[in-house]
Amino acid sequence: MTLTDRALTETGLAPAGDGRLLVIACGALAREILALKESGGWDHMDLACLPAILHNRPDRIPPAVEAAVVENRGAYESIFVAYADCGTGGQLAEVCARLGVEMLEGPHCYAFYEGNAAFAARDEIDAFYLTDFLARQFEAFVIKPLGLDRHPELKEMYFGNYRSLVYQAQTDDPALTEKARAAAEYLGLEFERRPTGYGELSRDLKRIAARRP
Amino acid sequence: MSEEDDEIILSELSDEDLVNQMFDDLYDGLKDEIVEGTNILLERGWTPYKVLTEALVGGMKIVGEDFRDGILFVPEVLLAAGAMKAGMGVLKPLLAETGAKTIGKMVIGTVKGDIHDIGKNLVGMMMEGAGFEIIDIGINNPVEKYLETLEREQADILGMSALLTTTMPYMKVVIDTMKEKGIRDDYIVLVGGAPLNEEFGRAIGADAYCRDAAVAVETAKDFIARKHNQRVGGQA
Repeated sequence: MTLTDRALTETGLAPAGDGRLLVIACGALAREILALKESGGWDHMDLACLPAILHNRPDRIPPAVEAAVVENRGAYESIFVAYADCGTGGQLAEVCARLGVEMLEGPHCYAFYEGNAAFAARDEIDAFYLTDFLARQFEAFVIKPLGLDRHPELKEMYFGNYRSLVYQAQTDDPALTEKARAAAEYLGLEFERRPTGYGELSRDLKRIAARRP
Repeated sequence: MSEEDDEIILSELSDEDLVNQMFDDLYDGLKDEIVEGTNILLERGWTPYKVLTEALVGGMKIVGEDFRDGILFVPEVLLAAGAMKAGMGVLKPLLAETGAKTIGKMVIGTVKGDIHDIGKNLVGMMMEGAGFEIIDIGINNPVEKYLETLEREQADILGMSALLTTTMPYMKVVIDTMKEKGIRDDYIVLVGGAPLNEEFGRAIGADAYCRDAAVAVETAKDFIARKHNQRVGGQA
């Protein structure tokens, strides 16, 4: 299977169709979940991803997740939703509760990567976050949707109130660190690299995988 | 046809064509053209208020509608807003000179923990264009800042904005504090921001949730008119 970040951003990932446990995730988490799956030897876990770019229109996430759960529930013994609230204002949690499926805790991936409690305690209101995926997809997620490629003069309007760019590194990849640093420089923000690993994503997937339906 | 032949000379257009051209220029976010068009209309004897409402606000209305319909996106709206702001820069001192009466006064700011002010700035600008006086208290406002500004400015409306689902509950803190102090009903409370919805607005006790700047203007006008009617009714 060949995974491209572009496909994960724009179209997502179809399930392989094997396994008894299906994880329906944001495309931004695909590589991380597949890495955890491999290291954990979770052969009973299948992965389906929705396009990561849905994050730029969070109102579209709950109906997309609902459709994916409904479409796949007959083929698996259990389903887990690997999304946090992701800007849906509690609507995704409502959908998951109604469908009887569990989801990740926390407001965003950058909160559960760091650990929700630790993230909240920092209270960093003026930090802009990149994860490994977002560092790789900075153009697709930030530059293009915000029109900065065509109108760089809007940069101040979008980012004028931010102080720093925090790159939460899931892996140790010097090339990605440089990409994140360049993004900070482009936005005129201080740069910080913060190694997080997979944080609570790892903890929660281990818990779900251990149930082995 | 050469490029030169295509060039539109704003000063040679009739009033009607010029206003239509300004609609196009606003739509395309062309600051310099908007400033030029504004000055031409003023030179032709238009009042600052007429230029504001008919050329600038009229143009932004189209931008707002196309944004709502998914034809325009945030970057284009921001460019249009930038052009309108440039035009308003010309008109503002003139409006102040003419002592145009404001419809009402609004205190507006993003809530504590939230630094995202694009929506707030758009609302403030459109409200100003519609004749409201705007007291912009900026970003990351604690409840105390909202309340002291409302009182000091003797405002009619409180506008609160949030982009984050983690910060929007703070709006309820502000409204609850107003209730505790017995001042909630002294103000019209409008809330807005991407993750909000009508249900949330109702649940926290706001008077209305406004999904965009144009709706905020219409809602504010409506509430001010109702308030005025209540006063008149009370005196009769």
